[in-house]
Amino acid sequence: MRTDWTIYLTFLGAGLIMLLPRNAKNLIRWVALLTGAAGLALGLHGCIVYDGTGFVHLANVSWIPSLGVRYHLAVDGLNLPLVLLNGIVCVTGILFSWNIEERVKEFFAFFLTLIAGVYGVFMAMDLFLLFVFYELAIVPKYFIIAIWGSTRKEYGAMKLVLYSFVGSAAVFIGVLAAFFAGGGQTFDILEMAKNPIARHVQVWVFPLVFAGFGVLAGMWPFHTWAPTGHVAAPTAASMLLAGVVMKLGSYACLRAAMLLFPSGLAHWQWWIAWLGVIGILYGAAVALVQKDFKFIIGYSSVSHMGFVLLGLATLNRDGMSGAVLQMFSHGIVASLLFAVVGRMVYDRTHTRQLDELGGLAKVIPFACVTFVIGGAASMGMPGFSGFVAEIQVLIGAFKMSPWLAALAALSIAVTSAYILNALHKVFYGEDGRDVQSATAMPPISVPEIVGAVILMATLVIVGLYPQSLLNMIQANVDSFLGGMR
Amino acid sequence: MSVAYAPIVRALGSETALVLVALAVLTLDFIIGRKREVAKRRELVGAVALFGLALSAVPLVGQVGMTNVLLPGETLVVNPLVIIFKFVLIVLTAVTVLISIDHDIGTHVGEYFAMLLFGAIGMLLLVGTEEFLTIFVALELTSISLYVLTAFHKNSLRSQEAALKYFLFGAIATAFLLFGLSYIYGLTGATNLRDIGAALAKKGTDPLLGVGLLCVLVGLGFKVAMVPFHLWAPDAYEGAPTPVTAFIATGSKVASFFVLVKVLMVAFAGAVGSAYWGAFESGWAMVLGLTATASMVLGNCAAIVQRNVKRLLAYSSIAHAGYILVGLVAASSTGATAVLFYVIVYAITNLGAFGVVAALASRAGGDDLEHFNGMAKRAPFLSLLMLVFVLSLAGIPPLGGFFGKFYLFAAAVECDAEMFGLLWLVALGIVMSAVSLYYYLVLMKHMYVLPAKDETRIATPGHLKMALAFCAAGVVLLGVFPEPILALLKALVVRL
Repeated sequence: MRTDWTIYLTFLGAGLIMLLPRNAKNLIRWVALLTGAAGLALGLHGCIVYDGTGFVHLANVSWIPSLGVRYHLAVDGLNLPLVLLNGIVCVTGILFSWNIEERVKEFFAFFLTLIAGVYGVFMAMDLFLLFVFYELAIVPKYFIIAIWGSTRKEYGAMKLVLYSFVGSAAVFIGVLAAFFAGGGQTFDILEMAKNPIARHVQVWVFPLVFAGFGVLAGMWPFHTWAPTGHVAAPTAASMLLAGVVMKLGSYACLRAAMLLFPSGLAHWQWWIAWLGVIGILYGAAVALVQKDFKFIIGYSSVSHMGFVLLGLATLNRDGMSGAVLQMFSHGIVASLLFAVVGRMVYDRTHTRQLDELGGLAKVIPFACVTFVIGGAASMGMPGFSGFVAEIQVLIGAFKMSPWLAALAALSIAVTSAYILNALHKVFYGEDGRDVQSATAMPPISVPEIVGAVILMATLVIVGLYPQSLLNMIQANVDSFLGGMR
Repeated sequence: MSVAYAPIVRALGSETALVLVALAVLTLDFIIGRKREVAKRRELVGAVALFGLALSAVPLVGQVGMTNVLLPGETLVVNPLVIIFKFVLIVLTAVTVLISIDHDIGTHVGEYFAMLLFGAIGMLLLVGTEEFLTIFVALELTSISLYVLTAFHKNSLRSQEAALKYFLFGAIATAFLLFGLSYIYGLTGATNLRDIGAALAKKGTDPLLGVGLLCVLVGLGFKVAMVPFHLWAPDAYEGAPTPVTAFIATGSKVASFFVLVKVLMVAFAGAVGSAYWGAFESGWAMVLGLTATASMVLGNCAAIVQRNVKRLLAYSSIAHAGYILVGLVAASSTGATAVLFYVIVYAITNLGAFGVVAALASRAGGDDLEHFNGMAKRAPFLSLLMLVFVLSLAGIPPLGGFFGKFYLFAAAVECDAEMFGLLWLVALGIVMSAVSLYYYLVLMKHMYVLPAKDETRIATPGHLKMALAFCAAGVVLLGVFPEPILALLKALVVRL
């Protein structure tokens, strides 16, 4: 089976769910889970059979000849890890949504549509097609957050969608300009990359496209949708948002903006690197003073995505490989942490205020263990994937300028501080009011355990054996850098 | 000059059929309708009207072979482009009839459907002519039918006010149009578009031409509801019976934009001017560039604060007129193709959207946003269709609205790809679409997120669901596979 079937199967799953009766809740959940699992299996299969370098073209047919649009899907070492990530987050997200009782059918239909759109963005090799999938992934988020969310959900949902849409508006302008500046013949990314457009056009098109996608990657100062969106979203949606949707932005920055506009990139390289560093430090510093458990994780996402941007901006092998691996790693870490906060803790205590929580280690020890592992990976402890990714980004940044690396490294200390602080206050410390009436708290359910174990296992496997992903990432980063020159 | 009548009869087949059916509908309702229930009469008369519309599509099939047949003075034109648009108009009218059957339109059932058909005849004539006098007559036929239809809620003050406003604005716009035409005739001595174009090309610019052109733009600008000639639209849309609103917003728009494209591209090809940034030149492209800007900004911004769904859609359609004008400003054959493609997509989408509003509002007690709360539970199928229509209007892929907009903006950038002369207009349009997403999502929020006061299911008749599902399928298909229609239009527009 080819990897592009992930898109079709997921769409089919969403369509099938729409046809099921709305009261068959368990059936709907299982259909969703099987769809997700099939996607994950296909992604994993794709990673295993991939031979290490170059593109595997999955589909390449003319779609709208009048505009030179092709239906072109391909995988290489840069997007395969993200396809795999999307599969993992999809399956675990469904597992952590097992307890949703309200409008189950619509929830999973929207959820799978979003997932299918994300698969599409990761594999699209035509700028128009990429844009189509990209926008297709935006709209379901609104409904998922506004209907099933919490804490100012309508505000958070609207803010998130409008930010993404304004970002894609900027991209739209840039794409049109680039298309016609390049002769108006083709939207195929690989074809367009062969004939870069005039330098003076690249210089203003690049920031439009990069920042437009960067909005979704949580690039400072366009990150403000991220914390409010993450907090408002239901658990599975927070996992998706932080886990894969933010990666849509950074991946599209890499695949479209950086590949197509090398001169523009050279012109703006330092800006991106510094915005990345500011994002890293700002996110970490703000996370340090949050009182809401979910906001901590929300801002930590901004901080970790800063590493991705910094790594991309370095334009060397170490930094960029680190950035791609960081996308994967942070996807898993963020999903795990949001699962702990949103599903394991909030659904049981109905509060996320650090002051009101405490002593949960006694009542739900599994959540505590999960948070310790997720937190350790977030802090960049050796042995977890986060370490491998961030150290590479730092090495890459150091080659660019020691100052960048030094400032970015500072954030690791701050990250440890806010993670440990949260760990202390939520799981140890004085008993919160919910622990005092702990008898009412339901035990951790099987889907939660399965989901958490999948995510933790991934962290450890990639942490201990990073070459599993790094080999293909590095080989493709080399050819990417070679293609740009 | 002797006139050959056979081709005239052939070219007017659809219109003739519709006139006969309209008269039949009137008589039928008069003879056998009066004693029956109103709902039964609507079904009966509506079915006859539908049959008539199907019948009127038959002559079009016979015309397919006729390429560019021009009757004396180009009063009537038959070519593939005209056939396509006549067909589109017939389909739009048929869906409007289907929506109307289900809607309370008072006791004058026969008159209602007859007026609808007369309006459709006007639109068909409008599309099938290249001569100013016929354009004027056809425009009047359409407009007068629509004024009457707008006032059809005889007991509703708002309906009367809307009709009066629509009529007064319309009358003034018509005066402008006629006045402008008199200047154009005085300048060129011709009333058909091609001769005017040729005469103007010889003459060069003339201040009188400016006055004439401007007046023509006022007259047609009123029909397409572009700012600053849009003031009637929100009131007329809100006050008119919803199926009539749908007809005004779709059929009438399609015909008017078609004629606008033809007039500007054929008759006034010599007075284009330019709206390129930093290189403004007086001409219709510049005027339309400014009105497009105003329409997009005002339409979208005013829509944000609306509390009534029909008013919201009215402002949204003003904004959409702005997007469409962007394609015209490009003044290229790609631009004209984009305009025609978008107009079709836009009409199907809006017809669907107003159809859903018509179906739900009467059963939910009103057409304010609050009345649509929790519709996703009360009428899941129609809500899903509305989601499709609204997202298409917002320009979300893979729906028709997205591709149509993309192509419009691409055409505008393409016409000056070296210096990006129209990028300012395109950028504005794209940013304004981002603004529009807000109010479309607010509407969706009411339907999908907020709880309803009364959660009873709303049942709608099957034929209505079918008609609207047909529109939704069209929107999706035009978005996913735009190429066949696009290539067809592209090939035909070159010969415009």
